[in-house]
Amino acid sequence: MKPAPKPTPETQPFWDGTAAGELRIQRCLSCERHYFYPRPNCPRCGGDQVEWVRASGRATLYSYVINHRPAPGFEDEAPYAIAVVELEEGVRMMTNIVGVANVPENLPLDMELRVVFEQRGDVHVPLFEPAGGAR
Amino acid sequence: MTVVIAGAAETDEVGKLPHHSTLQLHLEAARNALADAGMTIHDIDGVATVGTPGPIQIAHALGITPAWLDGTGVGGSSFLFHVRHAAAAIRAGLCRTVLITHGESGRSRVGAGRYGMGPDSILGQFELPYGVVGPPTSFTITALRYMKETGLTHEQLAEVAVAQRRWANRNPRAMFQDLITVDDVLASRMVAYPFHLLECCLVTDGGGALIVTTEERARRAPVYLLGSGESAEAPMISQMEDFTTSKAFRLSGEAAFAEAKIGHDDVDHLMIYDAFAHVPIYGLEDLGFVGRGEAGAFIAEGHTSPGGRLPLNTNGGGLSYTHTGMYGMFAIQESVRQLRGEAAAQVPGVEISVVLGNGGMFASAATLVLANRLP
Repeated sequence: MKPAPKPTPETQPFWDGTAAGELRIQRCLSCERHYFYPRPNCPRCGGDQVEWVRASGRATLYSYVINHRPAPGFEDEAPYAIAVVELEEGVRMMTNIVGVANVPENLPLDMELRVVFEQRGDVHVPLFEPAGGAR
Repeated sequence: MTVVIAGAAETDEVGKLPHHSTLQLHLEAARNALADAGMTIHDIDGVATVGTPGPIQIAHALGITPAWLDGTGVGGSSFLFHVRHAAAAIRAGLCRTVLITHGESGRSRVGAGRYGMGPDSILGQFELPYGVVGPPTSFTITALRYMKETGLTHEQLAEVAVAQRRWANRNPRAMFQDLITVDDVLASRMVAYPFHLLECCLVTDGGGALIVTTEERARRAPVYLLGSGESAEAPMISQMEDFTTSKAFRLSGEAAFAEAKIGHDDVDHLMIYDAFAHVPIYGLEDLGFVGRGEAGAFIAEGHTSPGGRLPLNTNGGGLSYTHTGMYGMFAIQESVRQLRGEAAAQVPGVEISVVLGNGGMFASAATLVLANRLP
């Protein structure tokens, strides 16, 4: 079984969002920048007046590896890409790439992606698939 | 007050040691370092080591009642942090002579600490769900971005392993000593594209220890600590600011060079933590030895190999010598050996050696500038 995240109080709004089919990230009301991972203060300016916003779900492929030694739960998918994507809002997160065979030829850096969600136990994790406008 | 490394030693063996527990590796290394220093436990009033088994256990097992402890555990760089912190404590008069130990049953896992973070940790929520299997699948994730931005080729990445094997070939203690070619590296099993097996570090058992004190208390020719620096970046690789450069490498290096008042041309020998083949490339650039995007060619041209102008990772490194998990101790040990003229693959005339330690996955870093004479 693939590992499922277990929400904590400060991350619960993120996981409530994914369950509702939305990618929610935080934004600082002082410096107006988005940030990720969830925490109660802005890591750029130190401000603690922050809000949750819905991200567009659009992203680009920042970097990845293709793992040939699968983690528990991933045996049927190996080799599979472990990727870091950059959201349109400027923050980055780790994810998997779905909807395309995970081989280097299919995964040029900076290709355009969009978020989808996969259920894991009680939570939904954000994954990304090609948006069609690659390169 | 001049702070020196007055004793340094590794465990009798490194490699596959299922007959040694983690604690035993620490203690054997400690006894060897004390003997090397010409000291006994009665000379030691400070103890530093990482979490498992920790400074209380080490001090107690050896019979030391410490007046100063440091349990800084920030990954494989921790022992460089310990040297820096010990120097500060000695200068501040908090203690006189510090024992720093490393022991890790990384391969045999005898009496070893437990890996892993819970599913409610930040890592467990935002990285582990994506099929990460430890450092080979996450420390490596920056490389494709670096390659795209700088033009580093797969062959140049493989050259890092080839260059370090040339040093290991001269080191009878190295786990892998046979010379290899770029083709050998590229033909080895794919672990996590773009990394092949020979571009990933070993997993071994072993240990090392250091005695840090003042020049006056040293009983053998000392190795001087001319400067040091430390910093940290992100606890998760996905949150590293720029996948093509390590902020902690840069900041720790700048601080160490500034304190030591040295320039790059003064450096005779260099150790850069090499858990994976891309890390020395980042280290060479982030320490300022070469410009951005130049390290791959620099290594491929042989400048870091035997006979080159910047001997790098002369024990064979984590890729070929040994890598217990927290390799930083072994990088310091090789610098000390080179400065004493005792290394297996000795470089002629080493007077200043720099050690860059990585902790976690570009998460923490410390740099030491060591010398066998004062400027």
